[in-house]
Amino acid sequence: MSMGSSLCPAFSTFTKHSPLVFNRNVHAYPFLRNCNCIARGYSQKTVDSNVSVSEAPTRPHSEILRIRESLLSREKTAVEIAEDYLSRLKERETKIKSFLYVSEHALQEAEQLDKMVAAKSPLGPLAGVPFGIKDNLCTLDMPSTGGSKILEGYRPPFDATCVRKMKEAGALAIGKTNLDEFGMGSSTENSAFQVTSNPWDLSKVPGGSSGGSAACVAARQCTCSLGSDTGGSIRQPASFCGVVGLKPSYGRVSRYGLMAFASSLDVVGCFGTSVMDTAILLEVISGQDSLDATSSLLQVPSYSSLLPSIGSLETKPLDGLRIGLIKETVVDGVDSGVVSAIFKAADHLQVLGAKIQEVSLLSFSLGLPAYYILACSEASSNLARYDGIRYGNRAPADDLVSMYGNSRSQGFGQEVKRRILMGTYALSAGYYDAFYKKAQQVRTIVQTDFKNALKDCDLLISPAAPTAAYSIGEKTNDPLAMYAGDLMTVNVNLAGLPALVVPCGFTAGEGQKLPVGLQFIAAAFDEERMLRAGHIFEQTIGDLCFVPPLL
Amino acid sequence: MGELPLCQRMLLSLPSSFRVSHSYWRSQRPLPLLSLHLLRNPSLTSASPFSLLGYCHLSSLNAAPGVRRSKFRAHVATDEVRSTVSMDTLLPQFEAVIGIETHVQLSTDTKAFCSCPSQYGAEPNSNICPICMGLPGCLPVLNAKVVEYAVKLGLALGAKINLDSKFDRKQYFYADLPKGYQISQFDIPIASNGSIELDLPVELGGGHRRFGITRIHMEEDAGKLVHAGGDRLSGSPYSQVDLNRAGVPLLEVVSEPDMRTGLEAAEYAAELQRLVRYLGISNGNMQEGSMRCDVNVSVRKKGDEKFGTKVEIKNMNSFSAMQRAIDFEISRQVSLHGEGQASKIVQETRLWEEGSQRTITMRLKEGLADYRYFPEPDLPNVVIEKAFVDEMCSSLPELPNEKRRRYEGMGLSMQDVLILANDYDISRFFDEVLTAGADLKLAANWIMGDIAAYLKNEKMTVNDVNLTPEALAELILMIQNGTISGKIGKEVLVDLLREGGSAKSIVEAKGLLQISDPLTIAAMVDKVLAENPKQVEEYKSGKKKLQGFFGGQLMKASGGKINPTLMNKILLEKLNGN
Ligand SMILES: [Zn+2]
Repeated sequence: MSMGSSLCPAFSTFTKHSPLVFNRNVHAYPFLRNCNCIARGYSQKTVDSNVSVSEAPTRPHSEILRIRESLLSREKTAVEIAEDYLSRLKERETKIKSFLYVSEHALQEAEQLDKMVAAKSPLGPLAGVPFGIKDNLCTLDMPSTGGSKILEGYRPPFDATCVRKMKEAGALAIGKTNLDEFGMGSSTENSAFQVTSNPWDLSKVPGGSSGGSAACVAARQCTCSLGSDTGGSIRQPASFCGVVGLKPSYGRVSRYGLMAFASSLDVVGCFGTSVMDTAILLEVISGQDSLDATSSLLQVPSYSSLLPSIGSLETKPLDGLRIGLIKETVVDGVDSGVVSAIFKAADHLQVLGAKIQEVSLLSFSLGLPAYYILACSEASSNLARYDGIRYGNRAPADDLVSMYGNSRSQGFGQEVKRRILMGTYALSAGYYDAFYKKAQQVRTIVQTDFKNALKDCDLLISPAAPTAAYSIGEKTNDPLAMYAGDLMTVNVNLAGLPALVVPCGFTAGEGQKLPVGLQFIAAAFDEERMLRAGHIFEQTIGDLCFVPPLL
Repeated sequence: MGELPLCQRMLLSLPSSFRVSHSYWRSQRPLPLLSLHLLRNPSLTSASPFSLLGYCHLSSLNAAPGVRRSKFRAHVATDEVRSTVSMDTLLPQFEAVIGIETHVQLSTDTKAFCSCPSQYGAEPNSNICPICMGLPGCLPVLNAKVVEYAVKLGLALGAKINLDSKFDRKQYFYADLPKGYQISQFDIPIASNGSIELDLPVELGGGHRRFGITRIHMEEDAGKLVHAGGDRLSGSPYSQVDLNRAGVPLLEVVSEPDMRTGLEAAEYAAELQRLVRYLGISNGNMQEGSMRCDVNVSVRKKGDEKFGTKVEIKNMNSFSAMQRAIDFEISRQVSLHGEGQASKIVQETRLWEEGSQRTITMRLKEGLADYRYFPEPDLPNVVIEKAFVDEMCSSLPELPNEKRRRYEGMGLSMQDVLILANDYDISRFFDEVLTAGADLKLAANWIMGDIAAYLKNEKMTVNDVNLTPEALAELILMIQNGTISGKIGKEVLVDLLREGGSAKSIVEAKGLLQISDPLTIAAMVDKVLAENPKQVEEYKSGKKKLQGFFGGQLMKASGGKINPTLMNKILLEKLNGN
């Protein structure tokens, strides 16, 4: 038995990609006035050195740290905190519908915690923190459906590694959140069970595929949540719902227990109402896992301790930081409200001392089709296991082939079928070279492009989505329009980079103003730099309030 | 099918300079069956309950991997060998081309990608876990032993080891395949371009052969279907899935089409079995399915360059069955040629039926199956360091062919060489007897004679008996230096085989030491002669044959312990002297 059943590091290395030379253009910020940004109203501001820091007190604080203080100071018990959240969850759930399942054990677990507090036992870093879990993450004591009929009622015999780590840190799993079936979608409308509403405007989508996890945090139904991001599934809903969304580097967080959509792109990440909260969460869920051969051996830094407290900020806390604004993400076709929010954010970063330059990623537009080919190809394979034989729903039939056909045609939704078909097609003999192989080559180019851009810049910024939240039903009949919404995010997955979305402003729509998120992109495993910039940005952007007014 | 152009539309934006010419597949293939089902049945209706663990019931399985609408045909194919009369003249005009794909199940403690035990014969579905069951969210993690064993076999076959290989997914739907794909290696196997050398049995003509090995790759096994009410699919009301074998590591060894006869093919398989046993990486047991051979056979007119249509044969669970199956198939194909019916030789898979001693059609191959291989994204590349390969290389044991050459060089006949070297345990025992100081020829004779007979009689292997190599060497030495007689030696050997211990202690305990003291022998001779005066008279009057009578009397009196040479010498002196 002892004969190594586990991976021997000597035999394997992290997936490599051959370098490919590709030209890119980096425009320094002073030359920006010649580009179309100016025409859209982007202007250079004079730098006012003290403007930001003085506004600090109104900024979001860490809910996680506040819960910890309440527990330690005996201001509140874990049960009281859990009850608060649960009653708010239930009250708002009728409107938002972010949860597919609410835990029956959260209060009991809170009671246990209170006993530990009373006994002065050491508490985990997330003690008493109620969190939501995207339903494509396996949980031992709650059903895990992936948002699919084919897994309706399925109960896994284990916890996903990230869920286990959260629980070990003392967090309370409060429920399973809604999503597009197996993560395939950008609005959470592809869930087989329900449509989730955006807490800012109930007629709008929360984004997706982690729409439930974003909406429940925005609606303060729980403190934070876990999600997954294959092509923007954390960042786009974070932007739509006005919360912080963190997509870590590929390999940073174990994928064990995440129902695979596209294995080479999937990452587990998290949502919170402050950058500090996502930093604390990342620290908990990261690290090498013997059950995931693609998880990285790199040490996990203490992300949260690297974030400066507001009071200690210098006048130009981002002095010397080189930030590249991705030119292709602020062009015609991108919502003007989104673009102006991003420009304002760029202005603010400059005020904080960062050096902003415009960066062109020539491969940017190639990423989207390449992404859909690779993601669908992998999905067509990853979803083959849902065959009705060992688990999940089985449709009756007289023979095996009909049983497969019936179970899968009845169990999967339209979008999943569409992607399985596209992927099957792309991998078929005679088409492989034209589709899958070519898409892999594009992927290499995108990676190289990012790598080069991140040599000249410390961080890149862009919107997280070309628009703010759109109406429910608006794009359900137009898959291509839906896919186009992933333009800002998919390249990051192709390159395996970490990205952070921080609310930065609003667009004024017909009715309710809707939040816009700023996406920070860093080099692989350079989450610290990204979190620090995001934290300082968030703590200094003034009196913008990202709590949905409807609540 | 509005979805398909979408995929193409999305690609229109890709510059054409990315186009590459490298092609994985020659043939084009349609969309797989199951996806078409998806299109046909878009409606949602009620679903039935499911079983999470253990047995899974299926009513009437009738799909097999990579085959469109396949059904097992239970009856014998119509094309049988008809005329044996012309075969004697026909056969020599043709040449068979045989290639073999062998699956070797590795004897690692745990499975290839999870930590379940990989032992054979456990209760159904007792060695399974979420990973080898293919539960949602589970990921494979490579067992390093599999790489080690693959490298060992690659080196033993003189193959090139690929320092950077990768895993791929081979996709098809079948009830015994939990993930809907098999983790295998496609375009970059761990080893390629090797060869295997063997010596054909002397009694069958003998000869040295070298056959090419195309590639060796790592993969996982599938589970097993248990058909209710018998071991056949046809007529079985339902089937159950046993996943104990799912995820057990395999090495697939693909030969070049270098073999020409059933004997060569069987000897190739036997040599491969020997090799994996010598290396200790598999038990190579064909009955248990630890070693499975799929054979491709085609025939062509001698002198022809072009290969004939190849037919795949499965279901042979011994080397002799392999030989018979191939020879049958060659005759069948040649006979069809002889009747002008060569077009009846079609690309198909045929099953060897042991009962009727013939091959029957199992399924037709309608074009190449499309397994939609693509790189396994859950596993990093298998990157091996040169130092590791060197270490494996230096740790290789003496291989069968090296051993045969060494025995040959020591002066043993090829017949003896094959008997001693072909069984790993026997050869190891033989070598240890030699190391313990025994004479080469005597050791060979004892092992191939009395010991082999005993093992055969008792249906045991040399590992099952209590005889140690040291004890045998000691026994041989005691006979050589006259401490015991050869006759006593045979008795002592049986004791050693049964009870173990040292030869010397048995000889001493039983008082079997040879009587070699001339004075003692002389006294015994005197006594026998004195007791038989009549015979002494007769001897002296010319009846010389009576020497044997006295010898027999002396043997009897000594309980067989008397040294026969000395006895005869002294006896003759006394008889002739008086
Ligand atoms: Zn297992």
